Amino acid sequence: MTVTDVLICALGALALGSALLVVSTRHVVRAGLWLVVTLGALAGCYLVLTAELVAWVQMLIYVGAVVVLLLFAVMLTRAPIGASDGLDRSRWPAVLVGGGSAVALGALLVEAFRWSSIRPPAPGTAERIGAAVFRDWVLPFEVLSVLLLAALVGAIVLSAPRRS
Amino acid sequence: MGRIVIELLLRVAGALVAFLTLPLLVGQLEHKAMAHMQGRLGPMYAGGFHGWAQLVADGVKFVQKEEIVPAAADKTVFRLAPAAGLLPYLLVFLLLPLGPGLVGQALDMGLFVVLAIVGVGVVGMLMASWSSANKYSLLGGLRGAAQLLGYELPFVLSAASVAMAAGTLSLPGIVEAWRPWWLLWQAPAAVVFFVSGLAEIRRPPFDMPIADSELVFGYLTEYTGLRFALFLLAEYAGIVVVSALTTVLFLGGWKGPFADHQLGWLWTLVKVFAVSFVVIWVRVAYPRLREDQLQRVCWLVLVPVALAQLVLTAVVKVVL
Repeated sequence: MTVTDVLICALGALALGSALLVVSTRHVVRAGLWLVVTLGALAGCYLVLTAELVAWVQMLIYVGAVVVLLLFAVMLTRAPIGASDGLDRSRWPAVLVGGGSAVALGALLVEAFRWSSIRPPAPGTAERIGAAVFRDWVLPFEVLSVLLLAALVGAIVLSAPRRS
Repeated sequence: MGRIVIELLLRVAGALVAFLTLPLLVGQLEHKAMAHMQGRLGPMYAGGFHGWAQLVADGVKFVQKEEIVPAAADKTVFRLAPAAGLLPYLLVFLLLPLGPGLVGQALDMGLFVVLAIVGVGVVGMLMASWSSANKYSLLGGLRGAAQLLGYELPFVLSAASVAMAAGTLSLPGIVEAWRPWWLLWQAPAAVVFFVSGLAEIRRPPFDMPIADSELVFGYLTEYTGLRFALFLLAEYAGIVVVSALTTVLFLGGWKGPFADHQLGWLWTLVKVFAVSFVVIWVRVAYPRLREDQLQRVCWLVLVPVALAQLVLTAVVKVVL
């Protein structure tokens, strides 16, 4: 076991454990805070795999914006301190869907790579990702930006005051 | 191997020392500057010589105060919040370059990393505001989250303008690429960055989340003693971080009138403290913005200016 193996195992365990806490804790806001830990540990995994840019994008977008927005929305509506009993969670379907997709993805991964060893690619620096996005994948990038623009316009239309 | 480890330890220790001293120096500077500007006597007396012991007295006072955790609070989160608010700034100190080669850890995309880490700081504030079980705290936290989410945009956009101009995301690389005429070229971005930086660290006139005349003391209402002192330290660390980032991105970092290589660290420090002084000066000079004005300034002034600056940067970059 190298240092990398140990690190990625520890971070993976941290991500998995805190993810389980996200779905099992009865404290609504604490679930959001555990999500911060999960996503942070995931960013750490990316970092260990030398995907630097992806790791920091994960921090900036998911931890710094998405979870904060989520916490903001929860606190704005209903955020009791302490455990809440009436949480509407359908346990068994969730276990079925979550466990099923995890097993399917794991089986797919094992089936695809079985015993082949993979040479690690060059580190995912900003320069490399930038070159890949703007040289090889310009069209998907532009299509995605159109999609985002459409979502933005939609959000403005939905939130604008209605004229009668 | 041994040498690399020792060098790494030295760099981390250096960043830690900077983290423990610079914010306190800024704190003392704030006491003195505000006392002079407002004719206050307290910070002139403590310790005899020009009130040098004011900060020590403050520290002693904070240590003596009772630690109170409200009965209805979520105690774990309440206790962890100050650490969550302080830790991001500690990490940023590792990445700020002081002089040529004098940096905790020179990363290829240092600017991006710094922006990502500073953005996480809001979580600590949300934790504090919610776990206090106090409506004023919660209101302060909600104001703060709305403010930080909004001002993140001009903050990142104006920093992106410099990164485009320099053609790199590395903080030392940006200083290397910097030329004096950028002061003019990047001036709008510098102003936008500084103003939204003030809002990011919730300093007056952008201290709506604390607003002591409306919300008691916002998300800090229930904090006492050392935990309150930690939040205060986070605020001063925030001033140093924003001043240092403004220095590195817009004012040329370690570049000075002469002897850049020998005295680089001195030029950086001089610039950082000059910008910190402006941060303090602004606090004394301007009244707090109203909540709706705050959002208007962000979305109707800062974001358009930052976008215009991006266009200007791109045009100049293509023409040259």
